[in-house]
Amino acid sequence: MANEHAQHASPDHVHEHPTWKQYRWVALILTVITVLEVWAYYVPSLVAGPLFVPLLLIMSAAKFAIVVMFYMHLRYDHKLFRALFTGPLAIAVVTLIGLLFLLAKVSSRSLG
Amino acid sequence: MSHAVADSHAPNSHHYTTTGLDNRKVAIWMFIGSECMLFASLISTYLIYKGKSVIGPFPHETWTNPQTGQTLPAILDIPVTSISTFVLLMSSFAMVMALAAVENRNRVVPADAGFFRRLEANSKFWLLMTCLMGATFLGFQAFEFTSFVHEGLTIRRNLFGSSFFTLTGFHGAHVTAGVIWLGTLLAIDVKRGLQPKDAVWVDIAALYWHFVDVVWIAIFTLVYLIR
Repeated sequence: MANEHAQHASPDHVHEHPTWKQYRWVALILTVITVLEVWAYYVPSLVAGPLFVPLLLIMSAAKFAIVVMFYMHLRYDHKLFRALFTGPLAIAVVTLIGLLFLLAKVSSRSLG
Repeated sequence: MSHAVADSHAPNSHHYTTTGLDNRKVAIWMFIGSECMLFASLISTYLIYKGKSVIGPFPHETWTNPQTGQTLPAILDIPVTSISTFVLLMSSFAMVMALAAVENRNRVVPADAGFFRRLEANSKFWLLMTCLMGATFLGFQAFEFTSFVHEGLTIRRNLFGSSFFTLTGFHGAHVTAGVIWLGTLLAIDVKRGLQPKDAVWVDIAALYWHFVDVVWIAIFTLVYLIR
């Protein structure tokens, strides 16, 4: 795996990042997922079905994870940085879900 | 672990913590962690109030004003917001290219290198593109806010207006701060040229910018696409 990544080095800063080619692929994948999300919004049968919300949430989570792993380099960075991000993120997501169950009308169909 | 950090006794060692990590990067990740909490609270508020507005305009449904009889369509403009979302995503791509160009500044670009190879190594171009795309996103947001106000949706109109403008307004303020930050980096790059030793400053700005992008990824789905 390490051989696939470019080594960027400076006196203060030595670690591995994806290559320019990988950055372009990531941009393409993000674009395709965004197009699929918007396409899903305009398909009435999909919108009316039970899979609409889970599908959008999965696509959104995939985009989120791709940006964080590759563009923010969390996949390659130190585990402390990962902990500093995923810890508060997990607390935030759990709090959000908890508040929705307490105060909003949450069903399997919709978040609101 | 594919990660290696510089010797903590190297020049500029005051930048490193006892963990061997650069304290500026630790700080930005802690800041981003706290920002996760902030935006989670704003998104929670939006979702809790979703569908509870007594009067329109509404995000995804038409609304007839009982006083005037005027019917307003769903107020969210998905095609326009999809374009602005794409622009913000591509600004993240430009940002990583800018960081890579600064980190690889010492690598010699062959004299016979093609146009795109030379472009890849041009940090000024990528920083400028990131700034421009961030400003374009803000332009889309200003257009959206203005059209909403013209259609009768203000921050005081209903629960949707209050939570929507607060959430997207906070995000827009973050994008504005990011554009200014990137503008200062671009000015430094133009004036004296950003060197690999400056890469950590670009890296920190890039992390902030990508965070602003991932927050919008969540907002676009939860606010705009899910009905």
